Amino acid sequence: MSIEIRNVTKRFGTFLALDDVSLEIAQGSLTALLGPSGSGKSTLLRIVAGLERPDSGEVHLSGEEATGLAPQRRNVGFVFQHYAAFKHMTVRDNVGFALKVRRRPKEEIRERVDELLELVQLEGFGDRYPSRLSGGQRQRMVLARALAAKPQVLLLDEPFGALDARVRAELRDWLRRLHEEVHVTTVFVTHDQEEAMEVADRVAVLDHGRLEQVGAPAELYDAPASEFVLRFVGDAVRLGPRLVRPHEVVLRRWPSDGAVEVEIERIAVLGADVRVDLADGSGERLAARLRRDELEDLDLSRGEIVWASAEGSARHVEAGQTLG
Amino acid sequence: MLRRLGLRAVALGYLVVILLAPLGMVFYRTFEKGLHPVWQALSDPDTLHAFQVTLIATGIAVPLNTVFGVLCALAIVRRRFPGKGLLNAFIDLPLAVSPVVIGLCLFLLYAPRTGWFGSWLSAHGIRVLFALPAIVLATVFVSVPFVAREVIPTLRELGNEQEQAAATLGATRWQRFWRITLPSIRWAVIYGVVLTTARCLGEYGAVAVVSGNIQGQTETATTRVQELTQNFQTAGAFAVSLVLAAIAILVLVAMTVIRPREGAV
Repeated sequence: MSIEIRNVTKRFGTFLALDDVSLEIAQGSLTALLGPSGSGKSTLLRIVAGLERPDSGEVHLSGEEATGLAPQRRNVGFVFQHYAAFKHMTVRDNVGFALKVRRRPKEEIRERVDELLELVQLEGFGDRYPSRLSGGQRQRMVLARALAAKPQVLLLDEPFGALDARVRAELRDWLRRLHEEVHVTTVFVTHDQEEAMEVADRVAVLDHGRLEQVGAPAELYDAPASEFVLRFVGDAVRLGPRLVRPHEVVLRRWPSDGAVEVEIERIAVLGADVRVDLADGSGERLAARLRRDELEDLDLSRGEIVWASAEGSARHVEAGQTLG
Repeated sequence: MLRRLGLRAVALGYLVVILLAPLGMVFYRTFEKGLHPVWQALSDPDTLHAFQVTLIATGIAVPLNTVFGVLCALAIVRRRFPGKGLLNAFIDLPLAVSPVVIGLCLFLLYAPRTGWFGSWLSAHGIRVLFALPAIVLATVFVSVPFVAREVIPTLRELGNEQEQAAATLGATRWQRFWRITLPSIRWAVIYGVVLTTARCLGEYGAVAVVSGNIQGQTETATTRVQELTQNFQTAGAFAVSLVLAAIAILVLVAMTVIRPREGAV
């Protein structure tokens, strides 16, 4: 099912949560809504699910107007950040809930629940209560629950936010594989740019209720539409009047056009890469990222003066400028 | 250490003097002359009728206030509407106002000819005062707060995420209430019902004003105790008190059984 969001605006009191946002999400895609907290990404997801009503604008699901449709009539699966597990039900009853309220035959529910428990690797946990599951297991349980009625869209609100780093990485991988297997149109909200880049095919960046840029992860990184996107998606350093990526900084022992004179403050070896901390004449600090062999060729050491420039093919955003 | 022991002694001593001594006295006095007088006093037809009236009033007030209490709690926690603060405050009114005053208010309201409701009702041949309806009304009034007061904090703590999840899973409003909300607040509701029942059984002040205390007709268990005491039928008074006290103890036991389980689920 495709999702089309047209000119959606939403206020909570005087706070403008979404400001005229339009976004199209293609059938079968895996999209991330990325932004800092308060950017409106969760509100947008909740509007797609029908848990919030926009003040103005429209939501179309599979080409049909769905703006005022109640959540129970949208056929979407929603995964909440804090799981929203039904605490008084066993794992089986949680997973089978959507089928039970649709009054499906018992036998069918049993089979589907078995199938889903296998899919989320929770076989043998069916008779437990959610309170006796770990965070990662609970998250997988509510994922299975959201998938039970074969929704046309799967929506996940900060799905890995409450988990520790190792489980997070596992579940990211797993979500990616699940999407390849089930192929349901999936939208997830995250504030973690790495998570968005790693998992999604397309990323929509939001800031202060406005859609800043939509594109493939590489597009956002290589061609950010605004200073905000440049800074938010990946690292950015200020080099003279421009903002560039740390790996785009080139260091030379002699001056050239547009190069800035800097002093090497520290060299940190980070495996295959090296981070060189630099300070220019005015005391402004920046960090360059080099490959180790580049560093060895230059034979740099602490306290030396070098010239930094950005000569890659990437586009650069002038500091303070907004292109989008 | 000494200080903690001292604190315990004060707390326990207070409970013994204020609560347990009178209860113990009733037990002692009731069985002072054996079981026979107790049985005789309890099988008195007027006493039996008094218990019957109490049970009818309780049987009506408890389900009514359970439904009302849950609805009120849902409205107060989940909805925004003008007058919400007022509703929240009014629920506590029966706790703040003396039952005798409540009885007097009902008396004035339902007085035939002069009362606002009473004049219309008596014109249609419906008798409220000095009859069962007045007793039921008084009992319902005094037992309003308990279910709502128990359920409100539980609902607040629960939040509405589980219900929203149920909605996205296709559950209708009705299914969400029966399958998610009610099971999640069930212990609070049960606890509220227990408290409401205890309050209904023990109600005296408001009922005494509006019932007229007609023997074998409008006496409740508590007003029966008063009646028997006044007539120096102490054995009967003790026996009825004992039954009421026994019910209270059962209620206490029920509450202690319920309380710890609340946190477990």
